[in-house]
Amino acid sequence: MHGERLKDGAIQALLVVNALVMLYPLLVMAMSAFKTSAEIFTTPFALPESLDLGNAARVWRETNFAVYLGNSALVTAGAVALILLFGTMAAYAIARYRFRGASTLFLFFLAGLMVPLKLAVIPLFIQLDAIGLLDTRLGLVLVYVAMGLPSAVFILTGFLRTLPGELEQSARIDGASEARIMLAVMLPLARPAMAIAGIQNAVPIWNDFFFPLVFITTDRLKTLPQGLTVFMGEYNTDWGVLFAGLTLAALPITLVYVLLSRQFIAGMTQGAIK
Amino acid sequence: MPARRRWRRSLWIAFLLTPGVLTMIVFVVWPMLSAFLYAFRSFQGLHAVGFIGFENFRKVLFEPPFAGWTWRAFGHNVMVFAGLMVVQNGLAYLLAFALLKALPGHRIHRVIVFLPVVLSAIIVGFLWKLFLNPLFGLVNQALLLVGLPPRAWLGDAATALPSIIAVNAWHWLGFATLIFLAGMQRIARETLEAARLDGANDRVLLSRIVWPLVAPSVTIVVVLTFIGSFNWFELPYVMAGSDGSPGGATDVLGLYFYRTAFGGTSAGLQDFGRGSALAVLMFLFLAAVSSLSLRVLRRREIEI
Repeated sequence: MHGERLKDGAIQALLVVNALVMLYPLLVMAMSAFKTSAEIFTTPFALPESLDLGNAARVWRETNFAVYLGNSALVTAGAVALILLFGTMAAYAIARYRFRGASTLFLFFLAGLMVPLKLAVIPLFIQLDAIGLLDTRLGLVLVYVAMGLPSAVFILTGFLRTLPGELEQSARIDGASEARIMLAVMLPLARPAMAIAGIQNAVPIWNDFFFPLVFITTDRLKTLPQGLTVFMGEYNTDWGVLFAGLTLAALPITLVYVLLSRQFIAGMTQGAIK
Repeated sequence: MPARRRWRRSLWIAFLLTPGVLTMIVFVVWPMLSAFLYAFRSFQGLHAVGFIGFENFRKVLFEPPFAGWTWRAFGHNVMVFAGLMVVQNGLAYLLAFALLKALPGHRIHRVIVFLPVVLSAIIVGFLWKLFLNPLFGLVNQALLLVGLPPRAWLGDAATALPSIIAVNAWHWLGFATLIFLAGMQRIARETLEAARLDGANDRVLLSRIVWPLVAPSVTIVVVLTFIGSFNWFELPYVMAGSDGSPGGATDVLGLYFYRTAFGGTSAGLQDFGRGSALAVLMFLFLAAVSSLSLRVLRRREIEI
């Protein structure tokens, strides 16, 4: 089948060209991080002359990069932990117990999926100001928890409902408390769904820019995407340092993605596919 | 069940539900309700001072100069949606079909096309802003190499918005691709093989068999692209600035809303009332069009 092989060749060529378009800009970013500005301007496509870490060292030492990075890690970890905690609790109640109003509560959480919380940023701003949480990392975390709970409850309720009731019943006959049944018997089985819900929320929170932009003004409380805008303004003539900053900012999530690409793709497309 | 045990069980269920429900009420329900109420009030700084009916809406939609800014931004959002539908989703559809064949290496190609999706729009925006720099940017350097004239991509009103749309397409291509691919993979292999045996070539296959059967994923991509296009903020903010330069050529509703609500305090332009009216209008528009298009697109799914 000559025509078939030709067509497969064309498809492979399309995929390879696309891979170049996707990867080459990121490769140039990483290569430029090792170059001096002069080198970037004269030989933009070439490999760096040396693997000089001077730019990266300047980003780390002269700017608040490490502080921004720490804030992003803290806010993301805190928000995802609370989303999973509150989300699992609510989903467990809705999925495993029969009580009046269970389906109404489920719909209440689902409705949250339809609400673009960005459009409520003015009342959120006034509200956080009133309770003294404006310009704090905790205020940011709480808004993210509210943003992430609906999807977490949706995924976890769906999953917890599929677990067989026999395990639960036999533990109950053995005299285990409800809390023990939940923590020791049921939740260990729900780990894959919790991983999906965690990734689905962690990536947009880690990358978010809008809420920090509005809520955070103190420099040492800024998150990484927000801090980047400060940094890019300060060093706007020193391209080697700029590329080093972008590379360093992209590095953590890129590394995690390369290690866990399957879970990332599943987590981030989950809501759209089912 | 004895009364005491039933009581304890109810308490346990309430304990499980309370933190989640409370968070939702305080940080979603209450702010959303307030957003609607604020749209009917006038503000002095952070404080609502009086009810003024539909005054904020009237200003935003009909009174110059606000109305002109609103409609210009709206027009740009429509262009963003149209551009992304053609460039980003069109390419994504082709790529998904290429990946469906599962040729050697298709797994690594899936991982590669999705890589930009996990990066922050801030990183992507700054990176491409450097690449599009008129003097030293990679794009113009490449054009010079092949003998084409360089351009001031982001400085020229004619190319600024299309450039940012193209960067968005690069950023999100993988997302649309993998949703299309998931839809295509649900088509039974037998269906494709039967069509092929009946003499259908690839073009017929793509337009008559695959296209109708991936309707559910098309619905999702269209609606998500629509919502994304009208919430567009980070990329134009980073690449063009909050005033949508040059000269408002890249101003979109997200930037305009941000400026109305939080920017321009010094110029006396900041107004939570008009900002809230804009937010309510955007919310109603998004909700109406999304549910309408869901209904229309879903009908197509059923007919097939």
